[in-house]
Amino acid sequence: MYRYDELDQALVDERVAEFRDQVRRHLAGELSEEEFRPLRLRNGLYIQRHAPMLRIAIPYGLLSAQQLRALAHITRRYDRGYGHFTTRQNLQLNWPALADVPDILAELARVQMHAIQTSGNCVRNVTADHMAGIAPDEIDDPRPYCEIIRQWATLHPEFTYLPRKFKIAVTGSAEDRAASEVHDIGLQLRRATGGEIGFTVRVGGGLGRAPVIGQVIREWLPVTDLLAYLEAILRIYNLHGRRDNIHKARIKVLVKSLGIERFRSEVEHEWQAGRACAAQLSASELERVRGFFRPQAYESLSNIDVASGREPPFQAWYRYNTRPHRVPGYRAVLVSLKAHGAVPGDMTAGQMEALADLAERVSFGLVRSTHTQNLLLADVPQHRLHEVWQELLSLGLAMPNIGTLTDMIACPGLDFCSLANAGTLSVARQIQERFDDLDYLYDLGEIEIKMSGCMNACGHHHVGHIGILGVDKHGEEWYQISLGGSANGFTALGEVIGPSVPQPEVAITLERIVETYRELREDGERFIDTVRRIGIAPFRERAYALHPAAA
Amino acid sequence: MRYILQRRELRPDDWRYLGEECAESDALIVPLAQLRADPLQWQKRSGPLGALLGPADSVAELSELLPWLALVALQFPNPGDGRGYSQARLLRARLGFAGELRAVGAGVRQDQVFLLTRCGFDSLEPLPGVDLEAVRRALNRYSVAYQPGSAQVELRRQRFMPGAPSAARSPD
Repeated sequence: MYRYDELDQALVDERVAEFRDQVRRHLAGELSEEEFRPLRLRNGLYIQRHAPMLRIAIPYGLLSAQQLRALAHITRRYDRGYGHFTTRQNLQLNWPALADVPDILAELARVQMHAIQTSGNCVRNVTADHMAGIAPDEIDDPRPYCEIIRQWATLHPEFTYLPRKFKIAVTGSAEDRAASEVHDIGLQLRRATGGEIGFTVRVGGGLGRAPVIGQVIREWLPVTDLLAYLEAILRIYNLHGRRDNIHKARIKVLVKSLGIERFRSEVEHEWQAGRACAAQLSASELERVRGFFRPQAYESLSNIDVASGREPPFQAWYRYNTRPHRVPGYRAVLVSLKAHGAVPGDMTAGQMEALADLAERVSFGLVRSTHTQNLLLADVPQHRLHEVWQELLSLGLAMPNIGTLTDMIACPGLDFCSLANAGTLSVARQIQERFDDLDYLYDLGEIEIKMSGCMNACGHHHVGHIGILGVDKHGEEWYQISLGGSANGFTALGEVIGPSVPQPEVAITLERIVETYRELREDGERFIDTVRRIGIAPFRERAYALHPAAA
Repeated sequence: MRYILQRRELRPDDWRYLGEECAESDALIVPLAQLRADPLQWQKRSGPLGALLGPADSVAELSELLPWLALVALQFPNPGDGRGYSQARLLRARLGFAGELRAVGAGVRQDQVFLLTRCGFDSLEPLPGVDLEAVRRALNRYSVAYQPGSAQVELRRQRFMPGAPSAARSPD
């Protein structure tokens, strides 16, 4: 993984000193809350329902065992002994004290971490495919580019006060596991016939109130032009994006109002005119950063039959929670943060420490966070999988439900977030309880549930096979259900099936929906494919069948 | 007397804004609209001429007037409005403006001035009452940066250099 040099370290250290001074001035009354707000947001600090919330950056989801231990220590010392992994692969603390935050940042800086630009109207944490570097279908490893973009975007002199937040994702494989088409900028690595590497650049995607799938602005961008081209897009956006209405300030609105053709010609002109002064990504710098992401020192192993003859629970875990690896004899292990009865994405300090130890023993001391709010041990020798399973089982991290209905994404919702209209955690619990039978989950197969507590869509509900959006109806929590969304390869936005349902009826409504699927599916057909084939009408009829009043 | 920070020095402002009391030979800052309405009227003055732009103004509209201008002032009505940062970059890097580039307004505070100066501003005019000493100290908050920027700020280290990549163009 990337290691800070003296420049990187100086920058985060100086950032800690700056923020310590800003907090001091705020607590001394020299900076009003209004003045302090944009400053704290640029360091990932929200003021939430109960306490501040601190969002710690995990660049493209990669963590060392040492960093994970530091996070465990921080949650114990400054919070309540757990953290929440987010859909941007970051970690949120729900209960830190404002006065402690500078010390937390200093502890993070000691292990080459920070919370810079995890919120606010600036370039956010750059995300990547969690299978980067190990996926069999990978064209090129996206992480060096993510790291370069991270550095380029960090305290960017020109782009720190954008009209609105700005999210960039890089994917290196044919299958888009980074949801790049629903980002402000989505970069997809490509290999030309001559072997050279470049990007297809998409712009203007995003979820939130008005979800949009990104459009291609450039089919082919040479990698050395990456920063110059990003600068051109950001400059057009910074100058012309709307600032009069927060709900119309994302780049998607600008792209839509100009039209992709006009927006493209503005960017291309800016790119050509600005190249002489734009930040340059030199071949030597690219090589330097790529050097940090070389393949691990893998043993020479062969693929083996791990599962045959083993106990069925292990076989189920192997099937659902492990993934093929590019190197023979290895497998990637998904560490489920979706145990039934637990909050999706939450992890205790004890679990973090134990997982850090395990990663050092079996996976080169590295752990990854995924945008589906699980963790990943990327490089586990197949002959150690059974041992890894036993250990994860004892830690409560082996729930064999990855890719199934209960591997759902959920934002923290009304329980923590001051923006939310409705709770998500109680609904997650309700779904876990109703769908607690693993055989039933396996029969349903691959289903992605994504749930947001408000239309800001932190839970990506628009691109869930089943999307759940919490809404406030006269002070009561109701939930709108959509079907047919997807962010993997074939990006689509879900369609709302009808009126929202009251909180106690969410899980039963889902059950009627998946029962409809079970009746109408063809052989081997996944839920999402059935929805695409027959449309939402049959589901709508059944979902509300027992509720003439609601229909 | 209005004080400003000019090239890191705290000093009285020699410039007057249109509407403030001034002599024919005084340095005068005129809003873009008035400047464009009758450029000759302003160029005839014996004193130095400056232009005042708001965040929504296009700096490209200034290009013909730049040879007559000794100063361009960009307004920052609030700290969150970042358009002036791009306007400054365009004025310096694209239009080659070498005169005084001034950041004016509520968005010019100690927590913004390091980045402002990196974008090419060499004079800073915060709202009256702002502690200019604190603003001056804030110019030294960082000793390193990743991006290319104005040489106004001395850095120990900086990573990405400016300039078109040397690699051959790949197929479009």
